[in-house]
Amino acid sequence: MFSSAPYTMHERLPSLDSNSDWSRLIQAYQAMALIRCFDKKAVNLQRTGQLGTYASCLGAEAITVGAGLSLENHDYFVPYYRDHATQYLRGVPLYQILQYWGGDERGNAFPAQTPAVRDLPNCVPIASQLTQAAGIATKAKLCHESAAVLATCGDGATSRGDFYESLNVAGVWQLPLVVMVNNNQWAISVPGRLQTASQSIAHKAEAAGIEGIRVDGNDLPAMLDVLDYALDKARHGKGATLVEAVSYRLSDHTTADDASRYRKASELHAAWQREPVARLRQALVDAGHWQADQEKQWQTHCQQEVDKAVQTYLQQPPQVPTDMLDYLYETLPESLQAQRTVLSEHAGGRHA
Amino acid sequence: MHSAQRDSQVAIPLNLVEAINRALRQAMEDDDSVVLLGEDIATNGGVFRATEGLKEHFGLRRVMDTPLAENLIAGMSVGMASQGLKPVAEIQFMGFIYAALEQLISHAARLRNRTRGRLSCPLVIRAPFGGGIHAPEHHSESTEALFAHVPGLRVVIPSSPARAYGLLRAAIACPDPVLFLEPKRLYRLQRLPVAIDDEPLPLDRCFTLRAGEDVSLISWGAMIHETLAAADQLAEDGIKADVIDVATLNPLDRDTLIATAGKTGRVVIVHEAPFTGGFGAEIAATLASDALMHLRAPIERVTGYDTPMPYFAMEQQYMPRVERIVAAAKRCMAY
Ligand SMILES: [Mg+2]
Repeated sequence: MFSSAPYTMHERLPSLDSNSDWSRLIQAYQAMALIRCFDKKAVNLQRTGQLGTYASCLGAEAITVGAGLSLENHDYFVPYYRDHATQYLRGVPLYQILQYWGGDERGNAFPAQTPAVRDLPNCVPIASQLTQAAGIATKAKLCHESAAVLATCGDGATSRGDFYESLNVAGVWQLPLVVMVNNNQWAISVPGRLQTASQSIAHKAEAAGIEGIRVDGNDLPAMLDVLDYALDKARHGKGATLVEAVSYRLSDHTTADDASRYRKASELHAAWQREPVARLRQALVDAGHWQADQEKQWQTHCQQEVDKAVQTYLQQPPQVPTDMLDYLYETLPESLQAQRTVLSEHAGGRHA
Repeated sequence: MHSAQRDSQVAIPLNLVEAINRALRQAMEDDDSVVLLGEDIATNGGVFRATEGLKEHFGLRRVMDTPLAENLIAGMSVGMASQGLKPVAEIQFMGFIYAALEQLISHAARLRNRTRGRLSCPLVIRAPFGGGIHAPEHHSESTEALFAHVPGLRVVIPSSPARAYGLLRAAIACPDPVLFLEPKRLYRLQRLPVAIDDEPLPLDRCFTLRAGEDVSLISWGAMIHETLAAADQLAEDGIKADVIDVATLNPLDRDTLIATAGKTGRVVIVHEAPFTGGFGAEIAATLASDALMHLRAPIERVTGYDTPMPYFAMEQQYMPRVERIVAAAKRCMAY
């Protein structure tokens, strides 16, 4: 069972205990490698005009995979927009993640029969997903579900009122809520020191009367420790937790950003020395649980999976233009029929 | 079967806030997924007593006093609604609803659309609105037009106890998000018979409160009161007014509005909110395009002035009065 002094950084790597859950760690590594491969491809698709603005998860692999592995099927996931691996592990196919970033709302119609079916879609307005997560946690509590709600956000989100409002109500109502902040040091161009004077983001839990934990977000085993603990605590009615996962955004903010305008190359270079995928791989190799041929095979597999997803994404038929009206209300109001007619007559298909 | 059921039911005299309370109680009896949240709504029963007795009847799990944060109330409601609850949230006064705008516009109104029907957001946000009760600053605004501009968000405004009951039942049953604005000046104005039956009122129809062929008076909310009084005065001069309660700003029942303009050819739109960009402008534009050939006079708008709602010492000077409505109708007749 995980335990740590308040607000001290929880770390497990570089070396792993001999009694670790190796199959889970290997599964985590495989997912991290897959999402790294996916992420690279997604950025390339954007660069070649085949995807819209995309938020990379480069450097967040341990966080987003840790979340996906710690969540149970009946839990709820309320993401910001950098948790592609969590969505994937919850059952969203990779092609559908591309479809979303390709500007198509069908990417949010997660498949039925998967844990993702109840999850909220990506949330673009910063921190506004957190109050919703508190509402879902209230629902879970009212309905006596032993389910946890995991909401994620970035470090910039912790400056918004929504962040405090959500932690505050989670404290007062003992909600089964875990708010995980990916503190990747940057909110677009604004560094953490300009975001808050708080000693750490985890310390912000203090004001809400809930537990705050810091964890090395580049350390997958540490992430699993903390998330397993916090989610289990939530499921058992023992209250909410704020998790600050400290990582580093190795990418630009999105493909529309150029971080070289505000970030030193030396800082980025230093951060790469701690990147999560290589760290976990090295620890598995050192412990004798991952071999060179496995690595080679898995990389080939990742490339094939990603290529398949890209093919499927590119082969999706265009949306019907009237979908923009037809999904707005459960039943289209009579007063919108005239607009629907105009739309279907004038927007015959996808714009070239 | 339904009509027999209705025959057995007695209309009960209720004022508007009592009708709201009855509608909430009935909806909660009928559907366990209906929950209430807001500031001061549980033990205190709401500052206007709209939720009085409901905590005692349904318990704190279904009648929740939230921390004081309107944005939180709206966001939690979105979260609950996305997972199958039917939250009915109270924003204590419309003047404080702006903190909830992001949730209403960016989330509640578009959740179904942006998930292509995977998730939906069947919430109701109730908020008392409008002036005339000598309230503190920021307690008397009428900003309904801001919300009527948001695709996907229904905006419903009752103007009598019976319509408050029937429209709120319908709003709670509705699978789409609804902003339900309660004209607080009417909360305790008079008790009128309210039939407590299961027939909800339509959420996409205007109500014709009085039939006449000379001029159409179109209004909603508390201003219906002044509009009906103006119709009475006009009747004394032999002018017969069609009085339309718009009741649902979104979706708008354009057909009824076009029909009344077609019948009378003269239109006066009355609202408490400021003139420019007020919802009257949308109605006027609709009639200018779809009823133009029937119009016999320019469309008149009797509204508040383009100023923030004055603090109460001057609110009576701000609010449209019966004389202004009568004068506008007579200008139409004389045109
Ligand atoms: Mg950041």
